[in-house]
Amino acid sequence: MTLSSSFSAGLKAAGALALCALLPVQAVQAEEPSRIVSIGGAVTEIVYALGQEDRLVARDTTSNFPAKAAALPNVGYARALSPEGVLSVDPDLILASEGSGPPETLAVLKQAGVTYVEVPEIYSAAGVIAKIQTVADALDQSEAGQALITQVSDELSAAQALAQKTAGDSPKRVLFVLSTQAGRITASGTGTGADGIITMAGAVNAISEFEGYKQLTDEAIAAAAPDVILAMDRGGDHGLTKDSIQSLPALMLTPAAQNGELIRMDGALLLQFGPRAASAVKDLSQAIYGAAQ
Amino acid sequence: MSALTTDINDADPSDGSAPLVDRRIRARQLTVLLLLLLLVTSILSLTTGASSASLWNALTDLAAGRDLSTMDRVVLLDIRLPRLCMGILVGASLAVSGAVMQGLFRNPLADPGIVGVSAGAGLAAICAIVLGSLLPSAIQQFLGTALVPIAAFLGGWGSTILLYRVSTRGGQTSVATMLLAGIALGALAGAASGVLVYYSDDSQLRDLTFWGMGSLAGATWTKVLAALPIIGLALAAAPFLARGLNGMALGEAAAGHIGIAVQRVKNTAILSVAGATGAAVAVSGGIGFIGIVVPHLLRLATGPDHHSLLPNAALLGASLLLGADMIARVVVAPAELPIGIITAILGAPVFLWILLNRRGNLGL
Repeated sequence: MTLSSSFSAGLKAAGALALCALLPVQAVQAEEPSRIVSIGGAVTEIVYALGQEDRLVARDTTSNFPAKAAALPNVGYARALSPEGVLSVDPDLILASEGSGPPETLAVLKQAGVTYVEVPEIYSAAGVIAKIQTVADALDQSEAGQALITQVSDELSAAQALAQKTAGDSPKRVLFVLSTQAGRITASGTGTGADGIITMAGAVNAISEFEGYKQLTDEAIAAAAPDVILAMDRGGDHGLTKDSIQSLPALMLTPAAQNGELIRMDGALLLQFGPRAASAVKDLSQAIYGAAQ
Repeated sequence: MSALTTDINDADPSDGSAPLVDRRIRARQLTVLLLLLLLVTSILSLTTGASSASLWNALTDLAAGRDLSTMDRVVLLDIRLPRLCMGILVGASLAVSGAVMQGLFRNPLADPGIVGVSAGAGLAAICAIVLGSLLPSAIQQFLGTALVPIAAFLGGWGSTILLYRVSTRGGQTSVATMLLAGIALGALAGAASGVLVYYSDDSQLRDLTFWGMGSLAGATWTKVLAALPIIGLALAAAPFLARGLNGMALGEAAAGHIGIAVQRVKNTAILSVAGATGAAVAVSGGIGFIGIVVPHLLRLATGPDHHSLLPNAALLGASLLLGADMIARVVVAPAELPIGIITAILGAPVFLWILLNRRGNLGL
């Protein structure tokens, strides 16, 4: 894949150079989208990682990293975009993660002649690469894209290999707790970002009985017997603390609570599967198995 | 309640406010004012928005025989104009339905939801959002984005028919049975929705939440054209209900004695409300409050005569919803707030203030 695609990338670059030589520079630039709306935290991160942030004109609610992105106008929640709101920033390209919408809005945007590129959302290392590839193609940045893909996939393989080695033959069981509304635990089953990152970090999701995020009974949690509890860091005293997992009836019976194994991590880093996925894997693996090993 | 009798035999209104003739003139003046208000809000609604599209540029372009710019064409013709039409249809149908229901049930708290439309439509919409992917893909392809609106309309209509059948014995519909059965059906629909919410995934859950808060953002010509005949028919039926509803204020038996076909009034009222509200909920989701606040405001202003109340409610409901929609789309631009939030934030305090100032003068 790498050989043929870098070959074609080379050809493209050569072609572009030839065109530049022949045509006035503006003509080439005019074809490239220069007013981009980025929908999805990972998508925005990739645009920044490719050094193309100058072309961004707006972002969605989840695009908070890097911090500079927050200064861009916010077009709202990805699944409830307003057609006029998006058009008001006069975009020529919309880069949106899979599932953005609603479809009525997308239809109007396409009618207005705005190019719409859907970025796939798959919770795995290959998914991260596919995202970068899609964004790089849409931005016409094959070289920078290839460089970023090489870098990220190297980092990911290294992080995953290290995580597997650390885990050894006895991977730990991790319970991802999304929320603890009124003492009831909502945890991640299979097919979620949390499930993906836990697997990549060389651990096992303690819940495999259902898909998505669901509320669990106290007994089901005890039966799942997680060694580690993973939660999103909401800052301050919010969310779970070591004290609270030992006092919540739902959790106090688990090995995790008895050993005080609670990990809190930045939710955006953990679940977005963007260019920082490798460091998420590394951080999570270290937190689960300890850095010393 | 007694004030509703005014139109029947031209007796003086018993609440002793303005003489009857005065009230009629005032109601007519109000109709003219509300027409002007609707005109103004419509023009504002076409000129307000997050984008730089301009109605005046478009009009001067048209006058000069030039083609519209893409931005003006798409924003004005494909976004703001269908949105304006949908706002008028939905606002008018919610307000008129509310007025009709309050008259029919002789209960100031009645809103269109009372005949089970909202519960049924909500349940069907949730089914469509959560279980839509289980349908054969050919049907999914065919229906596309129309799946949720169609399901909501059929669900709303179906639950009203069910309630109506439950509460009709020997050709006589018991309003009290319908009210109580509506509560039971609402609870059942709520429980069924709960089960589906439990099985929905994250993104479906977000869709459900947004659906419940209502929005005109998804307005398309298809939706407007689909809702227009149903809402139009229901609104056209409303004037014929006015005399009957005025009579019903005396109680069903008395209304029958003064020559009102009580059962026919009930049939027409229930079916037209189910149609209008079902269609409104289907295209715009759950928008609360309009059906309660608009009729009450108008009763306070010009009294409870349904001859003027129903058309005025249509006009004020439409203007109010257009106003709320304008706020919804500019206040967090380029993002957008769900309109149900705006109608409640604006409507509730105003309504409370008026109630506190004009207590005991509700006319119901």
